[in-house]
Amino acid sequence: MDKDQLKPFMLKSLRGDDAAHRELLARLSRHLRAYYRGKLSRIGRSATEAEDLVQEALMAIHMRRHTYDPAEPLMPWIYAIARYKLIDHLRHTRASMTDVPIDDVDPIGEEDDASGVESSIDLGRLMEGLPEKMRTAVKAVKLDGLSVSETAAKFGMSESSVKVSVHRGLKALAAMIGREKTS
Amino acid sequence: MKTDDLIDMLGTNVEPVGKTAGRTLTLTIAGGALIAGSVVLATMGARPDLLASTSALFLCLKIGLMLLVLVPASIFLGRLARPGGEKRVSLVLLALPFVAVAGLAIAALSITPKSHWSAAIVDDEWLECLISIPVIAIVPFAAIIWAVRRMAPTDLVRAGAVSGLVAGCLSALGYALHCTGDSIPFIAIWYGGTVVLCTLAGALLGPRLLRW
Repeated sequence: MDKDQLKPFMLKSLRGDDAAHRELLARLSRHLRAYYRGKLSRIGRSATEAEDLVQEALMAIHMRRHTYDPAEPLMPWIYAIARYKLIDHLRHTRASMTDVPIDDVDPIGEEDDASGVESSIDLGRLMEGLPEKMRTAVKAVKLDGLSVSETAAKFGMSESSVKVSVHRGLKALAAMIGREKTS
Repeated sequence: MKTDDLIDMLGTNVEPVGKTAGRTLTLTIAGGALIAGSVVLATMGARPDLLASTSALFLCLKIGLMLLVLVPASIFLGRLARPGGEKRVSLVLLALPFVAVAGLAIAALSITPKSHWSAAIVDDEWLECLISIPVIAIVPFAAIIWAVRRMAPTDLVRAGAVSGLVAGCLSALGYALHCTGDSIPFIAIWYGGTVVLCTLAGALLGPRLLRW
């Protein structure tokens, strides 16, 4: 695998390119799926649980992408997040860390995996748990695809308030996904 | 939820990302230095003999020593705050100044008559030093943890430890403005020791405070 073939997508997505960001996350999700299934299947955990982790990691990558230094290669950064979320998950689901050989990589391989597996996370229900302003902003901007200015006009908010609400809403969703999955 | 649905959501109206991640941390550390210095000057005051040559020499020595730890520790904290950054830090390098000062202290004591040892180590101010440095470190520590939490550390013990180390150094820098304990063994034990204490506290608190 060419280690840095995904980096151009990351650089574009940091500049706010929707298509590049989707492509990046879609490709990373295949890497992450192979990684988490590989690790979790060894301790008899389900594909659903692996998918939970894939989604948690994608959310983390999205929310923390400002910590990626464009001068560095991308995959070690991705791998560090994937590994951190795996260890955190195992620690909080009471698996002994020695059960899973975390460090004998298996560098994250891209697996051809047309998976229809869903995670146990119910986005609709998580959205219900958001404060109203955040829910409105996230739904309009992230699910319905309205622009920030359209959303601001429609709901009588300022544009900066829409942006802040979307950001806080996603952050809250990321935290909920972390707590929600398989707990 | 299908992962594709999540990707659709995250990939809609993607916000551009600025390069502020590292800058916030640097500004927080600089702010922590100001806070520590101001707290010391406001509550305890500068040492009265600040301008005398020997005390100025020892003040410079303390400040120089603390900077020798603070500068690399701050750089390493910037790395530890990013995923995978723990592979690019050397804790040995951070420990070197402590080892060097401990060595100097032992050398200084070895040429000092034993009867004078207690005067060199247990100056009048040792208890104040022992208490002040960790207490003054609390506010800078909280600020640094806040800044690191906004990033993405993946080794929480080390990130916590170096956060504690940086906060301890900032506090010791401020406290040096007040402290009149001027001997190498005093500095080694009461400055070195308390900063190590701050580091250990940071290592213990890191996994709780920095989890994301």
